Amino acid sequence: MTTTQNEDAILEADVLVIGGGTAGPMAAVKAKQANPKLKVVLLEKANVKRSGAISMGMDGLNNAVIPGHATPEQYVKEITIANDGIVNQKTVMAYAQASYDMIQLLDSWGVKFEKDETGDYNVKKVHHLGTYVLPMPEGHHMKKILYRQLKRHRVQVINRYMATRLLTGSNGQVAGAFLLNPRTAETAVIRAKTVILCTGAAGRLGLPSSGYLFGTYENPTNAGDGYAMAYHAGAELSGLECYQINPLIKDYNGPACAYVTGPMGGYTANSKGERFIECDYWSGQMMLEFYRELEGGKGPVFLKMDHLAEETISEIETILHSNERPSRGRFHEGRHTNYRDKMVEMHISEIGFCSGHSASGVWVDEHARTTVPGLYGAGDMASVPHNYMLGAFVYGQIAGEDAAAYCADNALPELDAVQVAQERERVLAPLKRSDGITPYQMEYKIRRMVNDYLQPPKVTRKMEIARERFAEVREDMQYLCASDPHELMRAMETYFILDCAEMAAAASLYRTESRWGLYHYRVDYPETDNDTWFTHVQTIKGEDTMPTCFKRPIDPYIVELDEEEKDSYSKLRINKSAQQ
Amino acid sequence: MPLAHTLTSVPVTVDQEKCIADKGCTVCVDVCPLDVLAINTEAGTAYMKYDECWYCMPCEADCPTGAVNVSIPYLLR
Repeated sequence: MTTTQNEDAILEADVLVIGGGTAGPMAAVKAKQANPKLKVVLLEKANVKRSGAISMGMDGLNNAVIPGHATPEQYVKEITIANDGIVNQKTVMAYAQASYDMIQLLDSWGVKFEKDETGDYNVKKVHHLGTYVLPMPEGHHMKKILYRQLKRHRVQVINRYMATRLLTGSNGQVAGAFLLNPRTAETAVIRAKTVILCTGAAGRLGLPSSGYLFGTYENPTNAGDGYAMAYHAGAELSGLECYQINPLIKDYNGPACAYVTGPMGGYTANSKGERFIECDYWSGQMMLEFYRELEGGKGPVFLKMDHLAEETISEIETILHSNERPSRGRFHEGRHTNYRDKMVEMHISEIGFCSGHSASGVWVDEHARTTVPGLYGAGDMASVPHNYMLGAFVYGQIAGEDAAAYCADNALPELDAVQVAQERERVLAPLKRSDGITPYQMEYKIRRMVNDYLQPPKVTRKMEIARERFAEVREDMQYLCASDPHELMRAMETYFILDCAEMAAAASLYRTESRWGLYHYRVDYPETDNDTWFTHVQTIKGEDTMPTCFKRPIDPYIVELDEEEKDSYSKLRINKSAQQ
Repeated sequence: MPLAHTLTSVPVTVDQEKCIADKGCTVCVDVCPLDVLAINTEAGTAYMKYDECWYCMPCEADCPTGAVNVSIPYLLR
């Protein structure tokens, strides 16, 4: 058993950024640029050199808003329609207006985007209406480029410490975070005027069909840390019933990837090799058609590339096997799948929370502010829908700059010694037990229940049973044991996962209609009910310490939709008779 | 509730001949997002200590001597 120290080291920062993946480094650099005198600390559970969703880079921008190819207004419309109208358009607009400047900034930092012979960005059409996809065939250098900027701007990086909870001040404002070293089990407190959460998706919510706990779509180090920490700090979360569910390579569980292959002629097909959806852009409506094809006797569903020319396939292979998820080539080799003569079997991912791909996040406004004073959110975990990597960078910038300004007007909040002592006891408890239930067993059980009872199609009675099972697991938390600091990290993540599972059930039960295709397909309420449910569903920690939901009205649109465009994402299935 | 040790086949292998952990190298351990690699100080080589792999490959890509190999975890293969 590891011995633990009796007192916590106490660190201080003006701006504490939690999570050094995509949004985090940008937030830290931009806070420092806004005011070089600020003490900006970037905290990372792993190592900023290779952390987060883009640890091996990214093969393209999914949502580039580039003059001449798309306008911010067009993009806001596209995302409003893709997200069935439930958007705070101001947040999407703030992204869209800053999108092009961010591309140019990344370009000046050395990120290589695909350009045509005239030097113009070579943007491709994947979305239903507009043109926003910009390939980055050499995108594997992304983390190196970010690391260089962190060094250049003298951001203080703390690797291999995880935040377990946020600390709050006497007025409910953020006051810092409680930290755990997953290698030594040392604990520490970091006081801060502002905290920017950039902790990524809740990637370990559902269990992948392989049964392998870490074979998730998202980087599994992203266990929903930010969702749970914001929740316990009193923040509002939004759209948690709008799950992330993606069409992936079966078992490998990585993107197939339609954004790379689509513009080159590849497409999603059924077992007969026939196209069944008009648009491969990931949306709930697309996933519902995917699900129907899988379940309707025409499955499995495949990514079809075997009709393409050799040079096209070689190019696809080069991009897909060197970027983002490069082990995909090895997986195909093991299954004897060659893009030239076999379609790639696809399947539906486990469920998760992720605003990068869908719309489930910690509520933020167009300044990246959460509802807790001094607390910001950016990237996959913040509520700006369909934000992807470029949105993480843009909101990292917005958060960093706004947090720097906030520091000028606010003092460092006092530390609440009772809060710190309670958290310390909670965090270290599993290490003090020599037997009990391991984090792996408890995590497996929660996530298996998530699959059994929460994954769509959503059934009211099943979700109620899920809550009973989760309550029993919560009782079992008193037996959670860890044999070393590494397992203690997993134990703390198990708490995050349980928090997220309870929130997913609460938000899904609250919205008594169906919306976003498969993401919130409720069998007992199959219709979309705009009279009652054209609203955000917010989740907060209730008086009874359980998730409580309420409606937050949608702000008046700043970009109106044309009548005929409104349901364009609902008409994705290819109409056979019209085709002939 | 007593605990058992259940063995499992891990996806990351390290070539003992090529690994230079005995010279102080910890690159693969440093870059792993899930912190599942460790150094066996007796053998002077890196190894996979926890079967929690995202088969993401920074350990293999960043190893200075090409000692690390990532295969797909058996359950997914």
